[in-house]
Amino acid sequence: MATQSPVYVAGAYEHPTREAPDKSTMQLHAEVARGALEDAGLEKDAIDAYFTAGMPEYESGLPPLIMADYLGLDVSYADTTDFGGSSYISHVGHAVAAIRNGTCDVALITLAGRPRSRGQATGSGARAIRTAQDSFERIYGATNIGMYGMAAQRHMHEYRTTAEQLAEIRVAASHHAQFNEHAMYQDPVTVEDVVSSRVVADPLHLLDCCVISDGGGALLVVSEDVRSRLERECVEVLGHGESVGHHRAGRIDLTRTAAEESGSRAFDEAGLEPTDVDYASIYDSFTITVLEAIEDLGFCEKGEGGSFVEGGTLKAPNGALPFNTDGGGLCSNHPANRGGMTKVIEAVRQLRGDANDEVQVNADIALAHGTGGSIGTRHGAATVVLGGEDR
Amino acid sequence: MSWEPRPAPEINPETERYWSAAADETLLVRECGDCGLVYHYPREYCPDCFGDDVDWREAAGTGTVYSYSVTRTMSGWPEEDLPLIVAYVELDEGPRLLTNLDCEPGAVDIGTRVEVRFVPLESADAAVPVFVPLEE
Ligand SMILES: [Zn+2]
Repeated sequence: MATQSPVYVAGAYEHPTREAPDKSTMQLHAEVARGALEDAGLEKDAIDAYFTAGMPEYESGLPPLIMADYLGLDVSYADTTDFGGSSYISHVGHAVAAIRNGTCDVALITLAGRPRSRGQATGSGARAIRTAQDSFERIYGATNIGMYGMAAQRHMHEYRTTAEQLAEIRVAASHHAQFNEHAMYQDPVTVEDVVSSRVVADPLHLLDCCVISDGGGALLVVSEDVRSRLERECVEVLGHGESVGHHRAGRIDLTRTAAEESGSRAFDEAGLEPTDVDYASIYDSFTITVLEAIEDLGFCEKGEGGSFVEGGTLKAPNGALPFNTDGGGLCSNHPANRGGMTKVIEAVRQLRGDANDEVQVNADIALAHGTGGSIGTRHGAATVVLGGEDR
Repeated sequence: MSWEPRPAPEINPETERYWSAAADETLLVRECGDCGLVYHYPREYCPDCFGDDVDWREAAGTGTVYSYSVTRTMSGWPEEDLPLIVAYVELDEGPRLLTNLDCEPGAVDIGTRVEVRFVPLESADAAVPVFVPLEE
């Protein structure tokens, strides 16, 4: 029987490593699961639902079977929704629905991968032909960064957005990363540093791109009943929305993302507006990913993202919209090429007051948003709005 | 612009005619008889109204650059084919095709008029449509 009872994130854990040459991917899944259980104060036996988007390095599929077997989980609900980096934000929403439906009480969500140790070609690698679409795209050398580059080029063309404005996003992320001892890149950078770094795919420079890291993260989403028995301060899931954006039969608009739909659904469910958000975790595969999401989520008008991010808007603790205070995917961590997990984790830290002191925001309402796949072809968008316990 | 050892398309019953037409230097798009949508990439059911009254239509082969990016670095790609211009070309018939622009990076911009060229594949009765700036 579906209810509207409150549902909480009770545990969140980010793996501290960024390079894990001596570990297996499954081991990393287990380590983050243990970390989240310890954070929540729950035992493994309490888990009755499991979510993962799988192990990108393995071709075999069947991730919930492989992983439930490895972790020794007996669950009544399993979900492996995969639209890239947005998956783990979507899993939070799906866990809320399953809990409200009475199917389960404690949902474990895990992500892990080792693209850095494996030397995997990621954003700038040519990929094999697998899907029907690949025969019309990948044969042309459509890489992830090339496709985001096309989006940036079109955004610049339509709205006069500049490379320097995109660079402001990296500057803010790097400002935060200097306070994160685990961040892969901890040195603050300037706009000049970004725009003078080498061009990978016009108009995107090396410093417009996220890191490639090994590691992972895990979340535990729990019912009101379970939460009432926990000592730990929890974060309430106030709203969730997701959407798929695609090629539209050849009418793709490279300046818009499915965040328009996922964001408005999440805000509607939460009964809140973008102006209510004190802190935002926004998926940052590339700087343009953030810029378009900021517009599409309603933090500013379409086309005004460039001027919005100027002047330290995104810098914690005093900017108007502090974002990615862990350093984000741009500077800290982008485990397994899927940064949605770390977006939720840092939002939880902000609401619990566990963020690094220098970037701690006095936040009651936080948003975590993911963009998975490529906005140049097809992508998933997922948004959650989270609330602190004492809001 | 050479092709192989670049990845070649996988040709299936739904797309065979598109690729063989390209070998004959003809660019095809699909047109829905029910709702009128002209679309790309080819599918047997209209991706808008889901109708099955779908025909092939010969495109003029001309269009306008909707966006592009010059890829400078790509692992797993023939070095001699870099830098590579990946672009969406908006055909005069409407749909935006992902393609390559076979010219110097400085020779194109968003809005540049372009026309199709076909690069033959050695491995199949097929050719790959790419675009070059239109001689006005
Ligand atoms: Zn139709």
